[in-house]
Amino acid sequence: MARITFQKLDDHSPLFWGLLAMHAIVIAVGLGAVWYMEHHGHIVTGMNNAVVWGTPHVFAVFLIVAASGALNVASISSVFNRLAYKPFARLSGLLAIALLAGGLAVLVLDLGRPERLTVAMTTYNFKSIFSWNIYLYTGFFAIVAVYLFTMMDRGASKNPALNKAAGWFAFVWRLALTTGTGSIFGFLIARELYDSALMAPLFIAASFLYGLAFTVLVLFTMCRETRQALLSEEMVSSFRGLLVIFALAVLYFTIVFHLTNLYAAEHWKAEMFILRDGGIYTLLFWVGHILVGLLMPTAILLYAGTTSGKAMMSERRALTIASVLALIGGMSFMYATIIGGQAYPLDLFPGKEVSSSFLDGQVSAYAPSLPEVLLGLAGVSIAMLIVGVALKVMPFLPKGVEYDS
Amino acid sequence: MSCGDTKAGSCGGGCGCASKAGAGEALNLTGGSGVDAARRFFLKSASAFTTLALAPGVTLMAFAESTPASARPADQPVSSKNRWGLLIDAGKCADGCNDCVTACSTENGWASPVKHPATDAQWIRKLTVRDPKNGSSYSLPMMCQHCAEPPCVDVCPTGASFKRADGIVLVDRHICIGCRYCMMACPYKARSFVHEPLHDQKEHAPRGKGCVESCTMCVHRVDKGETPACVEACAKAGHNAMIFGDLNDPSSEIAKRVATYRTTRIRDDLGTDPGVYYQNI
Repeated sequence: MARITFQKLDDHSPLFWGLLAMHAIVIAVGLGAVWYMEHHGHIVTGMNNAVVWGTPHVFAVFLIVAASGALNVASISSVFNRLAYKPFARLSGLLAIALLAGGLAVLVLDLGRPERLTVAMTTYNFKSIFSWNIYLYTGFFAIVAVYLFTMMDRGASKNPALNKAAGWFAFVWRLALTTGTGSIFGFLIARELYDSALMAPLFIAASFLYGLAFTVLVLFTMCRETRQALLSEEMVSSFRGLLVIFALAVLYFTIVFHLTNLYAAEHWKAEMFILRDGGIYTLLFWVGHILVGLLMPTAILLYAGTTSGKAMMSERRALTIASVLALIGGMSFMYATIIGGQAYPLDLFPGKEVSSSFLDGQVSAYAPSLPEVLLGLAGVSIAMLIVGVALKVMPFLPKGVEYDS
Repeated sequence: MSCGDTKAGSCGGGCGCASKAGAGEALNLTGGSGVDAARRFFLKSASAFTTLALAPGVTLMAFAESTPASARPADQPVSSKNRWGLLIDAGKCADGCNDCVTACSTENGWASPVKHPATDAQWIRKLTVRDPKNGSSYSLPMMCQHCAEPPCVDVCPTGASFKRADGIVLVDRHICIGCRYCMMACPYKARSFVHEPLHDQKEHAPRGKGCVESCTMCVHRVDKGETPACVEACAKAGHNAMIFGDLNDPSSEIAKRVATYRTTRIRDDLGTDPGVYYQNI
């Protein structure tokens, strides 16, 4: 195989600077929102004593899940020896670190006492899956950094065994990380819409989908920025196939999760809530998650592979649209799962109706507040700003074929 | 406020801090500086005498009824020989009576009646339970169930949620980072998040914006050999629907009644082994 050459971004378009400036502004506004929320307390958010995790957690978990999936391309190249993916492995690792940083920033800044982060980093309860996740997240940074070093260092990159070992370690770690993230919900015994071992594989499948969608979109944005075809038509086809497989995997686990619940009479009411009666959560589940996030991307990508599909739009365009839809679906999935699972009341007395001054027995009202949304968006921008700056200072991108002007 | 703060009253029992230099021996969870037993006895006798002198009659009855526990010497750690618990007789819990809630609020300094039901703290609330099939209903107080296997303690990343050896589940406000994972995990919706800045806190029940809190079983009173405020208020109102005591002591009234009558624990199926028992539900 021909030697792969990498490049830094140096010839910047207004698009590049515009994006960087936009992300910097969004981060600044997000930090302002954090100050506002911390000063006044969470009373200025939409969260309450029933829906304790709101929109920031939707963004945070989405980004953390996507971070693990962003490592797909690097894993495929190192662990599964697919050399065609090698040129994108560096970007894959970078994106994984950046998305995780963005997600964790949101998570930390939404704490009731964010200034006690040092407490969280030094005082552990090892029975808590949250504690494990602190190790899994910080470990992920370190391992992916080492992995990137084995790819990018002049000396280390000459040793394929080193790269393979780091790749394997990162691959196993990312599976553990997403298992941990899914288990944050799966371990909650009293929440009917969470309490399932399937949360872990469901989140892993979702991570594959959202991570690859992010990778594809960043790659295509960089194609525009560099005015180079960074990935060949064969790679576009490969990504197209992978995205379909990942979307179907998410669909499979989603179906099994809900079918299992539907089979148990004790969960019918909870399932009816999310599948039929839950208002915004039902809408986001069916339209956002299933239709927009899974079925439409699958249909578009499959159609794009056919002769008539190719005549209608390029595979690149189909992949771009499908990736955007998958990410919209991902946010819908997270919202319906995280918020919907809390909005549904705890079943203190199975078979009975309960009421109280604490709003027991009622579906909890939650509406995202502006500061929450701004904090969540800041997390996305933190990730994208890290990617943008890193692409400028270090050679993460492969050199592609110049587009004809 | 930091753990071990020596300002008087800055560390309360409810916070769960193990070094209670300011708040006194009654709040010490793990032992601490020795206090002369004779002095303690004198102070206790003097306070009892004063109480008797000022408030005879009803107060005497209430005081006598609500002292099933004996004060733990300050130089002794909390012991797993005790398992503090509550027995609540829903048959005696009067509809519309909110005395236990008011007493808890007054004792611990959280606002009741609540202005914002969704966001205000409620350490204890009255639940109305109705059977939709036949329309029968009853009411009961609901608070932290002080589980032996508390999910809130399991999930807390920093260990701020913890269970004392005697079964009382608390939040250490000094290391609570406000992640709210314990609220996600609690099957009883027993915990509240402090959504707003607070003023006028009680010395023995420190609270903090951005931290999670819940019923402490009036640990500051229990350590002095007294009963929780809710139990006392229920007795004062003449309902006597709540009994506090040591479930591990076969001679205690609570243990005898739990052994004699058919009792229920809420969501017992979850295996959390709650320390709060209910009768007639």
